[in-house]
Amino acid sequence: MSTIARKKGVGAVLWDYLTTVDHKKIAHLYLISGGFFFLLGGLEALFIRIQLAKPNNDFLVGGLYNEVLTMHGTTMIFLAAMPLVFAFMNAVVPLQIGARDVAFPFLNALGFWMFFFGGLFLNCSWFLGGAPDAGWTSYASLSLDSKAHHGIDFYTLGLQISGFGTIMGAINFLVTIINMRAPGMTFMRMPMFTWATFVTSALILFAFPPLTVGLIFMMMDRLFGGNFFNPAAGGNTIIWEHLFWVFGHPEVYILVLPAFGIFSEIFATFSRKRLFGYSSMVFATVLIAFLGFMVWAHHMFTVGMGPIANAIFAVATMTIAVPTGVKIFNWLFTMWGGSIKFTTPMHYAVAFIPSFVMGGVTGVMLASAAADYQYHDSYFVVAHFHYVIVGGVVFALLAGTHYWWPKMFGRMLNETLGKMTFWLFFIGFHLTFFIQHFLGLTGMPRRVFTYLPNQGWETGNFVSTVGAFFMAAATIILLINIVVTTAKGEKVPGDAWGDGRTLEWAIASPPPVYNFAQTPLVRGLDAFWLEKMEGKKELTPAEPLGDIHMPNSSFLPFVIAFGLFVAAFGFTYHNDAGWGLPVGILGLLITLGSMFLRSVIDDHGFHIHKEEVLELEKKEANA
Amino acid sequence: MNKGLCNWRLFSLFGMMALLLAGCGKPFLSTLQPAGEVADMQYSLMLLSTSIMVLVIVVVAIIFVYVVIRFRRRKGEENKIPKQVEGSHKLEIIWTVIPIILLLILAVPTVLTTFKLADVKAMNDKKRDKDTVVVNVRANQYWWEFEYPDYGIITSQDLVVPTNEKVYFNLIASDVKHSFWIPAVGGKMDTNTDNKNQFWLVFDQKATDKAGGVFYGKCAELCGPSHALMDFKVRPLPRDQFDAWVKKMQNVKKPVVTDPVAKEGEAIFNKSCIGCHAVTPVDKRPEQARTAPNLANFGDRERIAGILEHNEENLKKWLRDPNSVKPGNKMAGTYGHLTEEQIDALAKYLMSLKVE
Repeated sequence: MSTIARKKGVGAVLWDYLTTVDHKKIAHLYLISGGFFFLLGGLEALFIRIQLAKPNNDFLVGGLYNEVLTMHGTTMIFLAAMPLVFAFMNAVVPLQIGARDVAFPFLNALGFWMFFFGGLFLNCSWFLGGAPDAGWTSYASLSLDSKAHHGIDFYTLGLQISGFGTIMGAINFLVTIINMRAPGMTFMRMPMFTWATFVTSALILFAFPPLTVGLIFMMMDRLFGGNFFNPAAGGNTIIWEHLFWVFGHPEVYILVLPAFGIFSEIFATFSRKRLFGYSSMVFATVLIAFLGFMVWAHHMFTVGMGPIANAIFAVATMTIAVPTGVKIFNWLFTMWGGSIKFTTPMHYAVAFIPSFVMGGVTGVMLASAAADYQYHDSYFVVAHFHYVIVGGVVFALLAGTHYWWPKMFGRMLNETLGKMTFWLFFIGFHLTFFIQHFLGLTGMPRRVFTYLPNQGWETGNFVSTVGAFFMAAATIILLINIVVTTAKGEKVPGDAWGDGRTLEWAIASPPPVYNFAQTPLVRGLDAFWLEKMEGKKELTPAEPLGDIHMPNSSFLPFVIAFGLFVAAFGFTYHNDAGWGLPVGILGLLITLGSMFLRSVIDDHGFHIHKEEVLELEKKEANA
Repeated sequence: MNKGLCNWRLFSLFGMMALLLAGCGKPFLSTLQPAGEVADMQYSLMLLSTSIMVLVIVVVAIIFVYVVIRFRRRKGEENKIPKQVEGSHKLEIIWTVIPIILLLILAVPTVLTTFKLADVKAMNDKKRDKDTVVVNVRANQYWWEFEYPDYGIITSQDLVVPTNEKVYFNLIASDVKHSFWIPAVGGKMDTNTDNKNQFWLVFDQKATDKAGGVFYGKCAELCGPSHALMDFKVRPLPRDQFDAWVKKMQNVKKPVVTDPVAKEGEAIFNKSCIGCHAVTPVDKRPEQARTAPNLANFGDRERIAGILEHNEENLKKWLRDPNSVKPGNKMAGTYGHLTEEQIDALAKYLMSLKVE
């Protein structure tokens, strides 16, 4: 196999991506599919807002509205936000720690294809009777009651498959970060985004198993005659709520900690200052993750757990505000005394602070259990979590897209278009969600497909719908920007922004397949910045130039995941049709067979020889 | 910062918040116009937490605006390298300790109120005071049943309660999980399928008058296609009127029908509808058999199907095609086709079912 880049046909490129185990290409795959699902989830959001624009509207009525609502939430959380976070983890973390790839490249590819086929399976429901319609939380009594079509089965099996992928990804990053840091990169010299990835991966490792268990119970109840959630047979529906939220609350931090990481990088870079209070930032991240597991029942204050449980979870929830506050002030003081350059990513980072603080303080208000009886399941909650997830996570993903795009693709996204996207999105976001606080406080429950006139909700809902269209316009401009940039964007050097601090900016954009020709020596936090301050243009190598060992591409990850995709169809329909069971078993055989092949075929990878590396590096230097 | 100053600031913020929030929404529906002890307590907590949070936002905003303006990279500073500051222990302690204090200010009343709202001892006493009103709420797709166990009567959709005293509730759902919420009167509680929940509310007389005598109730938990339409109404009455209402309800032994068209309607009703719907407030069937709303005082209700204006036209619309009003409801398709005459007769009959 030759590593020297040359023009390839479409088929060859496609095959390359279907079989790749390179973390950079897997990042592209995550970015493209996550981006696609983001557009899909956004479209669903627009439909929701169109339906609610005026009272008694009949654009999406009853069950269909519930399907759109469920798929909006599920898609955005599981199929858009998480894969996009994974895109940046894949693209950046190995570079930030000076590694040539992740610890398990094969597993990395498998994780992606699991997510992809899980998401695809979930969305197939649209064409096969109907999508899940019990909300993204899929509370047990309603999801067992939803028998008109197989929607909920697509939910349980689809999320199960993509959840496996997520756990694989998390384990991979944990092992990578623990084992593959370049010489000198101690834990307390790791960039904040790498720290966030590390802690997030630990969160996934502990948070996803409860979801897996819950989904298995749900699958048993719906498809195989189980009674886990059937009170008449000794089951209990509240168990589902606990299992879901033991996963669901850490999930919030699984999304938002990487967002914090992305912003930490951006604040430092464009303020030309090292992160203020780095060690307290690390500590706060770990503490948030830890506390994140102690507070799940605040989603269930009105379930009837009694005052003792409610009081404990209320106070525990409030404590999370402390480390989060520490972070906010650390970011502010990173900018304090700095030299702030307002690039597009920095726009998002700066806007993130007030937006996220808004979401954070309403979070504390919600933590006050007795008052939460009023907020719970009202539009106040809808406003709160959109402030956190859009104002925190989506802002971070958009910021990260603009920030790392030149690193990932070697071309700069257009800054003018980028800022247009930002302003439209920022205005639209606040227009959509701010007013929803008041809709909730004036009595509007969430997840309603319509509302009657004369309840005082007309204006608020209309304003909210207008805001949604601003965000849609922003997204369209972003897409135009991407197309224009891909066609004729300016090529950028390694240190694309000129102010890069971490290792990824020390190598070419996009990086060569082996990342670092020589593993770098890390001499402190912000390793590249330190070298630049000493007048050097490159990193100090920690090893002589030598042959580089690389893993072979493989089609097996695709096939393993595809087998589960087939099996899921079989088991979904096994009660309705004779072909169900055989197809289910066939799918499992495909998966297990490919796993067997993977186990018995020796694959030692290949070497890129020293001369080839030299040639590539020289070409890069001349480019 | 000395304590007096801090208190003063909090207090004035408190006042501002109250001014800002009051008058938001409708008096029969808004949590910001509390209409009883429970809503009052929750409203105070909302004001307290909002005030603290606005304080936090203001502090962050001041630093934020200063930093963003003061430290932007100006022309001629392209090569400026700012001092690389590691951190500051003093500052970090400040912004750890102050939030902890602010949270404590919120946590104490939160815990106290949480316990107060959960105090349902009076309703579970073995020798329950005769005057303690207890209502069993049973939520169904997509209607509400209100049973008064001490009086032996059942009604649905319109909850009638006495004002200015604690009313206790037993909450349960018969099909899927719902949530019982009267925003103006107090926070919600879920109606689970697994177990009975209990809580209490107070309906203030003055606030009731201000709201025009009726509060809006909502289902707050996604429960199926018509979740949005699962409304109910609350009619709080002064204690003597409430007692009178209970008496009247208890005295209904059998609907009294005089109008000939209504009589025809009664015949149709008794042939098919009566299997699910009872027409007397005293219904001795077990709750599993009570699969549809009790219609004993249907003529007195506020709304048709919980949402449509209460008139014969809307009732006929509902009878003609329930799914066009409430998609996914359990009544559609349980009775055969009705002719227009039959619908007219039924509507006449149902509207004549009055207690008051």
